[in-house]
Parts: sequence; structure tokens; C-alpha cells
Amino acid sequence: MNLKDIIKPENLVYSKTPLLTDNVMSYCPGCSHGTAHRIIMEVIEEMGIQSETIGVAPVGCSVLAYDFMNIDMAQAAHGRAPAVATGIKRCWPEKYVFTYQGDGDLAAIGTAETIHACNRGENIMIVFINNGIYGMTGGQMAPTTLPGMKSSTSPFGRDVATMGNPIKMTDLVAQLPGTYYVTRQAVHKPVNVRRTKKAIRIALENQKLNKGLSFIEIVSSCNSGWKMTPVQANIWMEENMIPFYPLGDLKVDGELVKK
Amino acid sequence: MRELRLMKGNEAIAEAAIRAGADAYFGYPITPQSEVLEYLMAEQPMERTGMVVLQAESEIAAINMVYGAAATGKRVLTSSSSPGISLKQEGISYIAGAELPCLIVNVVRGGPGLGTIQPSQADYFQSTKGGGHGDYRLLVLAPASVQEMSDFVKLGFELAFKYRNPVLILSDGVIGQMMEKVELFEQQPRVTTFDPAWTVTGKPKERERNIATSLDLDPYRQEKHNYKLQAKYKAMEENEVRFEEFDCKDAEYLIVAYGSSARISQKAVQLARAKGIKAGLFRPITLFPFPKQEISALASQVKGILSVEMSAGQMIEDIQLAAAGKVNVQHFGRYGGVIPAPDEVLEALELLISGGSK
Ligand SMILES: Cc1ncc(C[n+]2csc(CCOP(=O)(O)OP(=O)(O)O)c2C)c(N)n1
Ligand code: SF4
Repeated sequence: MNLKDIIKPENLVYSKTPLLTDNVMSYCPGCSHGTAHRIIMEVIEEMGIQSETIGVAPVGCSVLAYDFMNIDMAQAAHGRAPAVATGIKRCWPEKYVFTYQGDGDLAAIGTAETIHACNRGENIMIVFINNGIYGMTGGQMAPTTLPGMKSSTSPFGRDVATMGNPIKMTDLVAQLPGTYYVTRQAVHKPVNVRRTKKAIRIALENQKLNKGLSFIEIVSSCNSGWKMTPVQANIWMEENMIPFYPLGDLKVDGELVKK
Repeated sequence: MRELRLMKGNEAIAEAAIRAGADAYFGYPITPQSEVLEYLMAEQPMERTGMVVLQAESEIAAINMVYGAAATGKRVLTSSSSPGISLKQEGISYIAGAELPCLIVNVVRGGPGLGTIQPSQADYFQSTKGGGHGDYRLLVLAPASVQEMSDFVKLGFELAFKYRNPVLILSDGVIGQMMEKVELFEQQPRVTTFDPAWTVTGKPKERERNIATSLDLDPYRQEKHNYKLQAKYKAMEENEVRFEEFDCKDAEYLIVAYGSSARISQKAVQLARAKGIKAGLFRPITLFPFPKQEISALASQVKGILSVEMSAGQMIEDIQLAAAGKVNVQHFGRYGGVIPAPDEVLEALELLISGGSK
């Protein structure tokens, strides 16, 4: 038996969704962005809504998301993706609209746009990649950088007395009446990938029903920014990021989840 | 049937937007243009035409909502006044870079900073030379009446889509706030077809995905994109120059003024003529493209040019470039929110004639 005998359609157990392009991804090996892209596109394929979906790419490592996601997309100015998505969704209420944003984009420069899109209950999905750092610009401190965590602009660790505390954006937006579904997930293990994918499906189903804004945080790793190997980064994330940003649903069907 | 109404300039913008078949307006309150949003909210255009109106959380959000709607091929506008327009500049640069059509209205007030809420024309540089970062131009229309506030909304959308470029209506607090008779144009239908070559409306099987972006990390491709933009601005310079002349045929002295300054200067020309001075007024209607050739020709004819602008002297630089040293060009302006009177303009003209300057 040689390789040719194995590569047969009937032996196929998994393939890349055609909703991802064949372009070589610009993400570092081990980065969470690639997995997050894949599952969003898989859900859009499974729901058969490619022609009705418009994505909004941020400024950050995923600025080039439109090179990889095989859907119509608009690239937004840094932090303004929720406003861009609002402009699209208000004009096309029947379409599926989502933003895909990093923590610097969503929780620093774009804080106002995030809060107000959530508060207005725009019928969109926001996917929030929280890797605790500015990946694109080379590892500077983000609003979500953990206390004591080193970055190129907090070389001695984040000093909360002078640099402020990390902001838990997801907890914050869950309090707003405009959000309908708020959850925090991860994609570093198969079980988490499955849960995140399910969350994306719920968010897009909600959008079909005009329920309000769905907000999905994905606690992510940025091994390059953290100056670790991909494996080290995942371990560090599990030991440090996830205790600070615990996974699970914060708001379901418009109701806060009781802890 | 003619439909005449007595309206404020700001109200005319709003009514014209509905009638031009606009799909959406996004804005944030600021004096002296808040009536645009107020009128639209009161008029309930969703009921009239299906037009979306939303009060955004800031001018930054508003212009980015415009970007999103424009990316899908919708007819969309925003309005603001000077400080708010400054906040929009990053978004405007993105819209120009991504080649999206939209309409922006600036009802200018005095600056710098928070300045004043009184009228001014001190945003000329910002409007005509780019405003935000990068090499780009807006097509700039300068209305001098409430009628033109209405007409230029329709014209502005046509030009925005013709060139896939943001169009700016550069007005000021006088034109925005004053009431005049307006003949309203008939209701235009909203667009229902979207150019499959570029609009971001959801990718059907039969076409490649469309992307609205101003990004291209490859410098050579980015340079090519810039060439394309420059060719577009050149085409505007060739095809879209608009202006108006009063008593220019036999003029020995020329006033150049736009917007409300042109209204004031027209009176000054009448006063001058009554005194036997052969004065004329040239009113640029498009500030970009600037009527260079026309001013150059007039510069060969007249003995002096007075640029009148409610600023410390911004448009004068373009006049001087066009006049190319053929004739003396001087500036007269009141600024910081002060509106000049016709006799002050006349005085400045007489000073120019006598060879003096301020
Ligand atoms: C107005 C503006 N300010 C700053 C930048 C520079 N910049 C680009 S990406 C970025 C941070 C992105 O970090 P994040 O949102 O966390 O995304 P990541 O790259 O980590 O995925 C910054 C500051 C910019 N492009 N525009
Ligand atoms: S820098 Fe970080 S976020 Fe950016 S691609 Fe690399 S690992 Fe991912």
C-alpha cells in the first residue's frame, strides 16, 4: 500500500473548509488566530450563509483576516470595527455581520465603539481575541496584560499602580442590556475548540432572530509576543490567563449567568 | 410642480438627503449643525423612504459607520462642524484610500481648538489639501446659499459615486443657520443595485470575494494604488471645476471668495461699481478641484486680486499659485467667528487699489 492508495475520497475524515482561502496564513505557528478563523468559517459553511455574511477585520495581527476568510469583508480603522459593523448592519439588517478584533483594538482604542455597539444591542457578533498583548506591533502592553506580566512597554512587568489594572471587557459588556449572549472561551485544546465553535453557532443563530449583540471572547496565546514556544505559551496561558479570565458563559438568552 | 420652502441651510441638507435617496445618515451633535440630525430624527425618514438615521457615540464612530455603509454601496452621509470634522479625519482618509463614495458636510465654526460656535472659513486647508494622513483629495463643494445646500447634496452623491470618492460640502455657520427660500428637488429613489465589482454585500458563488480596505503592505502595489488615486484627482481637475462670475467681463479688480464670503463680497462689488471702480467677483464653487485656469486667465486681465475669506488667509495660496505672479494678490479676512461687512471688504479693495496693504 502506498500513499496514493490512502488518499482517496472515501478515506477522507477531515478537510479544510472552502471558506478559508489557500493563502499562506501570516500568523506565527502556534498562534490562536488561525484556529479562531477556521472555526468561524466552518460555522458559516455549515449554516450555508457565505453569501449573506459580511465580516469586519480590525487593525492588529488579524488585519489581513480578509486574505484568509473567503467572504466579503471590510477592513476597519484601529478600534472602529463595531462602528463599521453598525453601519453595515443598519443598512443590511438581513445579513450576518461580525467583527473580529484583538484586545488592543477592542479594549483600548476602540473601547467607546465596543461599549456603545453593545449598549445599542446591534445585531452583530463580536469575536474578541484576548491574547493579553499587542501582537502586531511587537509585544507592547495591552489593556488586558496581566498584573506583573512583562511586555516591551512594561519590561519590568505590568505595575498596576502606575499602568492600571487589566480590563475585563467581557464582564463589562455582559452588564449592558443590549448584549444577549456573552461568553468567554479558548481554542488551545480540542474540547475548547469545540465549545468555541458551538458559541459561534449560537451567536449567529441569535443574529438570525434579531436578539441583540453576541460577544465571544477567546482567551488566546501569542507565543511571539510572550517570547515563548507555542507549547510553553499554551501552558502559561492555562496557568495564568485562564485563572484571571475564567472560561464559560457570562450571559445566555439575555440573562446573566449566576455564579 | 415647484416645491418652495423657507428653510435653514442645515434643514435643507437634511431634507435634501432624504430626497436624494440617501440610505443612511450617521452623526453626532455639534453647533452650528445639530439641526441636520434633529431635522432627520423629527422627519422619520425610515417611514418616508426607508432611510436609516442614527445618533452615534462620537464623530469617530459616525464616520466609521459611514465607512461600513459605504463599503456596501449604500448612499450614506454624515455632517458635523470643525472640531467634529477633525475627529473624522482618520476615517475620511480610510474612505478615500478604500475608494468608497460618501458625502460629508462641514458647517464650519471658528477655531482653533474649541474656538467658537460662530461662522468661519478657516477649515479651507483641511478640506482641500487632504485633512487626514496620506496623499488624497476630497471633492469639495462650497455652497453660498440655502438653495445650494440642497442642490449640492444631490450633486455630491452623484460625484461621490462617479469617482468612488468622498465628497465634502464645505459650508459655514452663516449658510447653515440662515433661512432662505429653497426650491426642493423631487424625491429620488433609493438605489437597489450594487456594483458587484466592489460592493461588500456578501459573497455569492459566482464572484470572487469583495474587500473594502485601504491596506496594502507591499510598497510597490501601494504606490500603484496611489497612482490610480492621483489619476482620479486629475480627472476631477479636468472635468469637475465649477465656479460663478459676477461682473468679471470688464473687471479691473477682482475679488475671489466662496460661500458666505462670496455673498458679502457681491455686495462689496456693487458698492465699488457705484463708486466707479470696475470690480468683479469670482466665486469658486468647487474648492477642489480649484478653478486654476479661470483665475489664471483673469489674473492676466485685472490689476489686482483680493481674496476674501473668513480666515487668516488660506485660499489666497491657491489664488497666488494660479495667478503665478502676474498680479498682486492680497487677503482680507475677519476670523475667529467674526463676519466681515461689505464696506469692510470695499475698504480692503480700495487699499489694494491704492497700493497699500494691511
Ligand atoms: C490609530 C492607530 N494607532 C496605532 C496603530 C498601531 N497598531 C497596529 S496594531 C496595534 C495593536 C494591536 O493589538 P491587538 O488589538 O491586541 O491585536 P493583536 O495584534 O494582538 O492580534 C497597534 C497599536 C494603528 N494602526 N492605528
Ligand atoms: S504576533 Fe502573536 S497574535 Fe500575532 S500572529 Fe504572532 S502569535 Fe499571533
